[in-house]
Amino acid sequence: MASKILISEKKLEIILNRLCHQLKEKHGDFSRTILVGLQPRGTLLLDRLSEILNRQGFKNLKLGKLDTTFFRDDYRRSETPLSANKTEMNETVEGMNIVFIDDVLFTGRSIRSALTAIDTYGRPNSIELLVLIDRRFSRHLPIQPDYLGVQIDALQGDRVRVVWSNKSDQNIVYLEKSNE
Amino acid sequence: MKKLSVSHLLGIKYLNTEDFNLIFETASQFKEVINRPIKKVPSLRDITIANLFFENSTRTKLSFELAEKRLSADIINFSASQSSVSKGETLSDTVKNILAMKVDMIILRHPNPGAAHFLSKNLNSCIINAGDGTHEHPTQALLDVYSLIEKFGDLKGKRIAIVGDIKHSRVALSNIYALKMMGAEVKLCGPKSLIPKHIECLGVTSSSDLNQVLNWCDAANILRIQNERMGTVYFPSNREYSQNFGLNLDRLKQLKKKIIILHPGPINRGVEISSDVADSNQSIILDQVQNGVAIRMAIIYLLGSKLNIKNNV
Repeated sequence: MASKILISEKKLEIILNRLCHQLKEKHGDFSRTILVGLQPRGTLLLDRLSEILNRQGFKNLKLGKLDTTFFRDDYRRSETPLSANKTEMNETVEGMNIVFIDDVLFTGRSIRSALTAIDTYGRPNSIELLVLIDRRFSRHLPIQPDYLGVQIDALQGDRVRVVWSNKSDQNIVYLEKSNE
Repeated sequence: MKKLSVSHLLGIKYLNTEDFNLIFETASQFKEVINRPIKKVPSLRDITIANLFFENSTRTKLSFELAEKRLSADIINFSASQSSVSKGETLSDTVKNILAMKVDMIILRHPNPGAAHFLSKNLNSCIINAGDGTHEHPTQALLDVYSLIEKFGDLKGKRIAIVGDIKHSRVALSNIYALKMMGAEVKLCGPKSLIPKHIECLGVTSSSDLNQVLNWCDAANILRIQNERMGTVYFPSNREYSQNFGLNLDRLKQLKKKIIILHPGPINRGVEISSDVADSNQSIILDQVQNGVAIRMAIIYLLGSKLNIKNNV
């Protein structure tokens, strides 16, 4: 599988900072907001965004990690069971503004399951979606992001791989082309 | 991605350590789910489960039923006393008729050892053994081990005592298999008449000295006397049994360390365990009950995922 760099380290750093500014514009001091990373990969993006916001003085962010495995619509449709990851939702969801955070938006089915999963914690005031990569023209459901890193065109078999490093300036996004 | 090595849960004997780990990992996620304000997931919304209880049950039946409802499965309940079994229908015919109504999974409790095994060989359905006579009670053993792991972290080298009516207890046999698989040392304790001959070949030891066993162990699983399975007299009286094998606070106070107390229920207070021990902070009986729902959700979820929908459409 041939791969090419989709977003370089420098460009990714700029995108992450821009996304943080957009969040600040909409959510102010974040007192009524919970940033929720979707397991497994969205939580890594959440870590990066919360690091940047922390550096900018937002020290008491309300964060959560949500696993949607038991709410997915493809149970009994694969040879192996869907394995769940850990959920950490320690904040009260009732009446709060939720921002779902995920790295790649593809078919939209994970986000649909997240919309059902978050309801088990209460009734939020609003739910928004932040994604780093939007693979357009691949949606199975009418779901669109509110905050977007970049929009890309990729073929069905292609894979977008986001590599997070311990050093914030070494994060990178690859597009792996299918051999077909 | 991991999956269970079996298509039915007939007994602990048929599972391996990877199965245990997968069940426990999944149960931990379900334990988080059942502590949410809304305790339900939609995974099994297109699956129908029949709870076939040919023997009385309170805890296990309620626990299975709750687990199924938390997973959004459709359920039908059956109890032998109100059925055509009393008119002479065979087990196989009863279950075939139920399966003809498009039921996907069977939870079976039966007084005869091997009943679940028999059905799994003769019918095309997923069978979960909820206790078959004096043979096995796999979900109870899984929740007991899970509850112990929550307390100890790891069971390797831990000393676990099983006290009471070992001879007639399906919980005892399943616990022996499960605890040995997780690396624990197991010692059985009870009247000699209630400890099966040759039980040592399962890799356990036995004793009839309760005080010595309690001093040896890190945790004790106390079992009730199964009067309903006894065709003859195995000990002189409940009073004498209680004096020799009943766990009370005086016995616990004499120990050098605090041990964990388990009981699968139902409890006969004052016989195998006194009220003050059952309600003490060393007892994890209610943790076992809560973990039972999570464990059963995990088993139904993992076995249900093997009922691939592509085979049915």
